[in-house]
Amino acid sequence: MADTDILETQTAAASSVAGIDQSVGDFKYDVKYDFDAGTGLSERTIRYISDVKKEAPWIREFRLNALKTFLAKPLPTHWATRDLENLNFDKIRYYLSQGTKPKRTWDEVPADIKKTFERLGIPEQERKFLAGVEAQFDSEAAYSNIKEVVSKQGVIFVNSSEALRTHPEIFRKWFGKVIPTGDNKFSALNSAVFSGGSFIYVPPGVKVAHPLQAYFRINAENFGQFERTLIIVDEGSELTYMEGCTAPKFSTSTLHSAVVELVALKGAKIQYITVQNWAPNVYNLVTKRGLAHEEAEIKWIDCNIGSRLTMKYPGVVLKGRKSRGEVLSIALANDGQHQDTGAKMVHAADETTSSIVAKSISVGQGRSTYRGLVHIPRRLKGCKNNTECDALLINTNSRTDTYPAITVRGQQHAVQHEASVSKVSEEMIFYMQSRGLTEAQAMSLAVNGFVNDLVRQFPMEYSVELKRLIDLEMESSVG
Amino acid sequence: MSQLVIQDLHVSIGDKPVVKSVSLTIKQGEVHAVMGPNGTGKSTLAKAIAGHPDYTITQGDVLLDGRSLLAMEPDERARAGLFLAFQYPSEIPGVSIANFIRAALQARLGESAELDATGYYKKLYEKMDLLKIDRKFTSRSVNDGFSGGEKKRCEILQLAMLDPKFALMDETDSGLDIDALRVVADGVNKLRTGQLGILLITHYQRLLNYIVPDFVHVMHEGHIVRSGDKSLALELEAKGYAWLKKELVHA
Repeated sequence: MADTDILETQTAAASSVAGIDQSVGDFKYDVKYDFDAGTGLSERTIRYISDVKKEAPWIREFRLNALKTFLAKPLPTHWATRDLENLNFDKIRYYLSQGTKPKRTWDEVPADIKKTFERLGIPEQERKFLAGVEAQFDSEAAYSNIKEVVSKQGVIFVNSSEALRTHPEIFRKWFGKVIPTGDNKFSALNSAVFSGGSFIYVPPGVKVAHPLQAYFRINAENFGQFERTLIIVDEGSELTYMEGCTAPKFSTSTLHSAVVELVALKGAKIQYITVQNWAPNVYNLVTKRGLAHEEAEIKWIDCNIGSRLTMKYPGVVLKGRKSRGEVLSIALANDGQHQDTGAKMVHAADETTSSIVAKSISVGQGRSTYRGLVHIPRRLKGCKNNTECDALLINTNSRTDTYPAITVRGQQHAVQHEASVSKVSEEMIFYMQSRGLTEAQAMSLAVNGFVNDLVRQFPMEYSVELKRLIDLEMESSVG
Repeated sequence: MSQLVIQDLHVSIGDKPVVKSVSLTIKQGEVHAVMGPNGTGKSTLAKAIAGHPDYTITQGDVLLDGRSLLAMEPDERARAGLFLAFQYPSEIPGVSIANFIRAALQARLGESAELDATGYYKKLYEKMDLLKIDRKFTSRSVNDGFSGGEKKRCEILQLAMLDPKFALMDETDSGLDIDALRVVADGVNKLRTGQLGILLITHYQRLLNYIVPDFVHVMHEGHIVRSGDKSLALELEAKGYAWLKKELVHA
């Protein structure tokens, strides 16, 4: 196997000298890739990926059509930041792997990759509280396992290629249906080059007691990670899914562009939790949407920390009567970062309910933007939406924008929108410092207090993790 | 014995000198009251000692047990044993009093040691019982939506928990009705165990009926113009600050 010496990036080394672990994910091991689609994007890239994965012809066609859509669509800079123009699609590597078959035990995972996940604490978390884990390293899952009790219930938890090969009868029906290829430029890109991600099916009447987790790790420079996730929870079933993401800090930019589709059938409940901690060079452009059937419930918990630019608006299409959609979103934009996040709620049936609570924190030059879309058409009755977006500013240079778009037609709906902007004042920091807390500890406490009412709704392990990430971000912002 | 020594202290806000040559020594266990009309530099003195960034010390020194505080950040001063009870304490939404005090104590231990949670809550409940504070109080967010009296009680609870060597109490009586004032004063008196030195800043004599000082200093236009025992406060009460101003003009 390849050289397993650890390659700390310069920043990590410098900060550990200062006694501050700025970013837990900021390390990399040198890995030799057996499969490499090279640099740049063309039909050849697509054919290479499809060949490595030995895909069915319909998937290859799907990819090639998506490439055309991607190339035809302009960047959305008429509403989004022009920083997107700094992405150079010709300099990105679209597929890197050591093979397409994930290992079922950690012992079989190649040492260099295993070390990465051990350092991130994944095997330990799996033992403690998870029903199953998939650990993706660049383009493919290196490890994937589901606890026997869960698989015996009929739950399927595999990566995208395997799912489409072994269970097309379940997954093909919904694949690309919640988020069509042409939804936006980046969903088209993902549809062309997708690799890895989780495909999950929970049969009717099964309540999965513990969460399933996926961990997405970018290790290579100039790389694009394009995982594809499709979760189908059948009638009356329940699932909690959690994802975490990290990457080392490179001088060049990295692209992460995922598509996540959720389908909650009648009376099903899905809770999808993301805690990302991307390095500050990552463009994180992700499309996430769920389809809620009658009396189903979809809840997105979305915590965005790190990255250079995140654009992500998890949505729920409330297709069935009495279905419910919820987004809890936390975004922290530190110096040089832009968190452009929000939520979409499309009401398409009577008596549907949606709720959005978004909290953003802007530090220093950091910029946060909230975009919300709530759509209730005229023909419906008895729909409800509650939107709350709160922004916290730390230091005077930070910027926050709110773009709520709420379209409500008809008379029989209840809609509520609240927004607030508050500041961590110098006086508040001084107050806390006068109790013995350092400036960084004081800021961290203020931020944790600001998000506290949301974090209390998270599973314990994730709220602890989030608090730790906020502490680290505040340490680095004080310097 | 611990002492806090203020030596020829000059403090400016922007370009404006506010405190002009104040010298004062507070020993462990002593209560010093600083009185004076509004705008005379009393609060500025307290905040400058605590290290507020808006106040510039242009001359002089402040020594805690012989060690100068001036080069220290406000949090280092606090960890060295100084406590400022605020006239207007800040609100910290979402952070419970229990978690706030715990974080402040943890900050004194550094990263290597973890505060013992059981011991912490035991001490917290002891102090709350001592100060007659309801158990539910500490699960509320720090000062968030508190009445004037609750804010001051929260300050006194922090003072009790953080065990400083010296407490600077800035207008602790402001905004309190007589009942709240009595409760807060009772709390301070319970903490007067001979270990704690207190600099008590007040505009009104009435607080000194409840917290009886060992020394009284009168500040006027940035200077301490009179020092004496508690009878000075009574004299001031009887004759008013106008009397003092007249005396100073004639002096």
